[in-house]
Amino acid sequence: MAKHEVTMTINGQSVTAEVDSRLLLVHFIRENLDMTGTHIGCDTSNCGACTILLDGKSVKACTYLTVRADGAEITTIEGLAPEGTNHPLQQAFHDQHGLHCGFCTPGMIMRSVDLLKNNPNPTEEEIRWGISGNLCRCTGYNNIVKSVQQAAKEMAKEKEATV
Amino acid sequence: MFKCKTSAEVGGMGHSVKRKEDARFLHGKGNYVDDTKLPGQLHMVMVRSPYAYAKIKSINKEKALAIDGVLAVITGEDLAQYNLHWMPTLLSDTQMVLPTDTVMHQSQEVCAVIATDRYVAVDGAEAVEVDYEPMQAIVDPFKALDDDAPLLRPDKEGQEDNQIYHWERGDRAKTDEVIANADVVVKERIYLPRIHVASIETCGCNASYDKDTQKLTVYLTTQAPHAIRTVVALVAGHVGLSEEKIRIISPDIGGGFGGKVPVYPAYVVAIAATFLIGKPVKWIEDRSENLVNGFARDYHMDCELAATKDGKIQAFKVSTLADHGYTDSSANPSKYPTGMFSICTGSYDYEHAFAELDAVYTNKAPGGVAYRCSFRVTEAVHAIERMVDKLAAEIDKDPALLRFENFIKKEQFPYESPLGWSYDSGDYKATLEKAMEMIGYDDYKKEQAEKRAQGKLMGIGICTFTEVVGAGPSKDFDILGIAMFDSAEIRVHPTGKALARFGTKSQGQGHETTYAQILAEELGIPYTDIEIDEGDTDTAPYGLGTYASRSTPTAGAAAAIAARKLRDKGKKIAAHLLEVSEEDIEWEVGKYFVKGAPEKSKTIQDVAFAAYTNIPPGLEPGFEATHYYDPPNLTFPNGAYICVVEVEEETGAIDVKRFVAIDDCGNIINPMIVEGQVHGGLTQGIAPAMYEGIEYDDEGNVLNGTLMDYLVPTAVESPHWETGHTITPSPHHPLGAKGVAESPTVGAPPAIANAIIDAVAPLGIKHLDIPITPAKVWEAIQAQKAKA
Repeated sequence: MAKHEVTMTINGQSVTAEVDSRLLLVHFIRENLDMTGTHIGCDTSNCGACTILLDGKSVKACTYLTVRADGAEITTIEGLAPEGTNHPLQQAFHDQHGLHCGFCTPGMIMRSVDLLKNNPNPTEEEIRWGISGNLCRCTGYNNIVKSVQQAAKEMAKEKEATV
Repeated sequence: MFKCKTSAEVGGMGHSVKRKEDARFLHGKGNYVDDTKLPGQLHMVMVRSPYAYAKIKSINKEKALAIDGVLAVITGEDLAQYNLHWMPTLLSDTQMVLPTDTVMHQSQEVCAVIATDRYVAVDGAEAVEVDYEPMQAIVDPFKALDDDAPLLRPDKEGQEDNQIYHWERGDRAKTDEVIANADVVVKERIYLPRIHVASIETCGCNASYDKDTQKLTVYLTTQAPHAIRTVVALVAGHVGLSEEKIRIISPDIGGGFGGKVPVYPAYVVAIAATFLIGKPVKWIEDRSENLVNGFARDYHMDCELAATKDGKIQAFKVSTLADHGYTDSSANPSKYPTGMFSICTGSYDYEHAFAELDAVYTNKAPGGVAYRCSFRVTEAVHAIERMVDKLAAEIDKDPALLRFENFIKKEQFPYESPLGWSYDSGDYKATLEKAMEMIGYDDYKKEQAEKRAQGKLMGIGICTFTEVVGAGPSKDFDILGIAMFDSAEIRVHPTGKALARFGTKSQGQGHETTYAQILAEELGIPYTDIEIDEGDTDTAPYGLGTYASRSTPTAGAAAAIAARKLRDKGKKIAAHLLEVSEEDIEWEVGKYFVKGAPEKSKTIQDVAFAAYTNIPPGLEPGFEATHYYDPPNLTFPNGAYICVVEVEEETGAIDVKRFVAIDDCGNIINPMIVEGQVHGGLTQGIAPAMYEGIEYDDEGNVLNGTLMDYLVPTAVESPHWETGHTITPSPHHPLGAKGVAESPTVGAPPAIANAIIDAVAPLGIKHLDIPITPAKVWEAIQAQKAKA
């Protein structure tokens, strides 16, 4: 198996490693870097449990080769907010009971980060379509929608305060 | 309504406190089975059969073993040396761990490859050469009973055909007589297809055997760790695995829904592998393995409902054919092969009923899991609720009115049902009235009449269900002989903080919060001061686990009673501290005080401290209590759900406009969590109603074994759910609670089906089986047009 050297930034830390051509990014993150917050729920890019931010965009890491991420800047759920603090989305999922078993939660939150970046004030319908690449089997989505709505409001306030 | 006895800071029952378990999940620090990594970790991948029914002529391991990193290929022959190639199912059937000569369903485990790396294990699995001789599979369960059908289980002594068992309950002769003489009889064959729980985390294990200590530790996606430990001891006792040397750890679980109750063959193979190799072996199911190798439902129900001409229900009869696949691995209590299906008489007051069921073998995966439903309640409720609507349509009566006229009345509880259940409590009329008011039923009826006049298709569907949950009383309920009690153990530390452990296991239900709230309610210790621990058989008290909405009815009750034992002990300590006799001490939440002198008091924390520092003479030190709760009865949550849909005649497209769910689950521990459970269950109700169903071709191939074609609803398919409650406490549960999480999964499908069928009724369509897809609606419309 051909090996390739890759270098990327993950949660602010530079990482260099030698990896197999076929190694999926989600396995690199989980197995090689021992960051297990990014989950695997299917093999077909349907469930979105493996969603991370790659150069600022939400990406399903189960269908992304590690070699392709060479030079990329990656954020996983572990790096979304400084330790001991919450990103507004993490706070909102807690406040609005937007999680039950927690398995889809990291992917759902990472996807929502991208959603709110591109659409800071989404309607309910836009949120539902915006997270439709991520499956949740527990919550029925009502409270995930509310969580994203709360975070949008909080982030708008924060933005206003910094202007 | 429920009135809170505690302050928000204490956070007892009725407070929507935020969940204590959230932080680790929100920060990516949950610990699921696949997150465990042990020193020397090995990985296991299963080789699976491409055929539904085939002889295995040979298995060639050579090419797999030649791959660098592949350590072993384990076959049925290998396991047979230890007599581990078959295992018992919970219902006294037998299931292959690995086959020695025949595969019985597509994707059945054929052999296992153990390797140093996950990718290498997959390479190894692809390199194993299996020579099959395919045979004609039995896919249609009705054909399984044909005289010329091949015998699928010749391995079973005395098995002469493909019937597994016949079950019946009720008075057949009397029910037949009432039906024969009734003014009106409606009939329908209703099919609830195979579906899968499809929790976002699949199943898996990480099994580790230490040859020095002879201790087996298994991290396992299980809803019932203690039961699994006992099963492992029973299955593998003969090779030297003894129950005290087995530790099952159920870490964070990414959704269970019944799918993580069974013992899957790969668990046993992983345990056998670590036992032989002495290194940890991890197996994580992939999504297709998950979707194809298990199922729920699959009941074909022939229903007859008899009534007077003005709609008084007189009798219900249902004859069911159940497709169990090649073995009956239903996860049911031993004495209930059909689970609680006999709840099928529903929320209505009538005398005569008869239910029978024939279970058959086919060349399909086994399973029969109680998917978010207390053992076949979903099937039962769908049958009666569809038939009640069919009766309403037949006699042209408003389905709500028909229900009001037939409901069991509030004052009739406890109500003895015709098939032998004792319903504990309910106020069905109030619950349906609340749902009708919330949705604006009368206005929708008017709107529907107007729309119909314009040729538009709009439907209103009702479901007023009664569930039976919280198994169960030990005189009737056991799994492999183990009574279905559950347990709680409380330790209050000297500083007044506590640790409580349970025999159940949360999979997202929020036990770390709600159990702490029960103890806060009973002891007055703030819920934030109480740690909850479950899922480790080395530390938790024995219990039968979490499924069938049983945690609150059983372990929740155990917590309350254990807390009351502590309170009784605390009273003696308080009397000692306050220098009065025990009879003069009274309790209010959080403190003891002297009767008539409330200023003389000691808090629960004072008393806990004294239990370790200032012990009354003759009293046992410490402040701990344990209770194993054997429920006197089951609990009977109920609800009224109403759904409004519009259907487009040209395309069959279905638009769910509104859905209101009013649940009565007795007293509520945490309204926020209960509402969340209802939301989630409703989405798992619309899933089979409109989207999900495992499909097979004539050769037994699964046609939709990935999430690309098995349609788990996204946020777009899932409507905005509207919820509410009526509260009728359970009279026999210490907290008056009933359990809730399964009600919506049970109640939503018939409400949605009734709404869609009501919408297309003007076209002459009288029944549609779920999942009711646009294609199915369109085809039914075309068929009606062709007839006309």
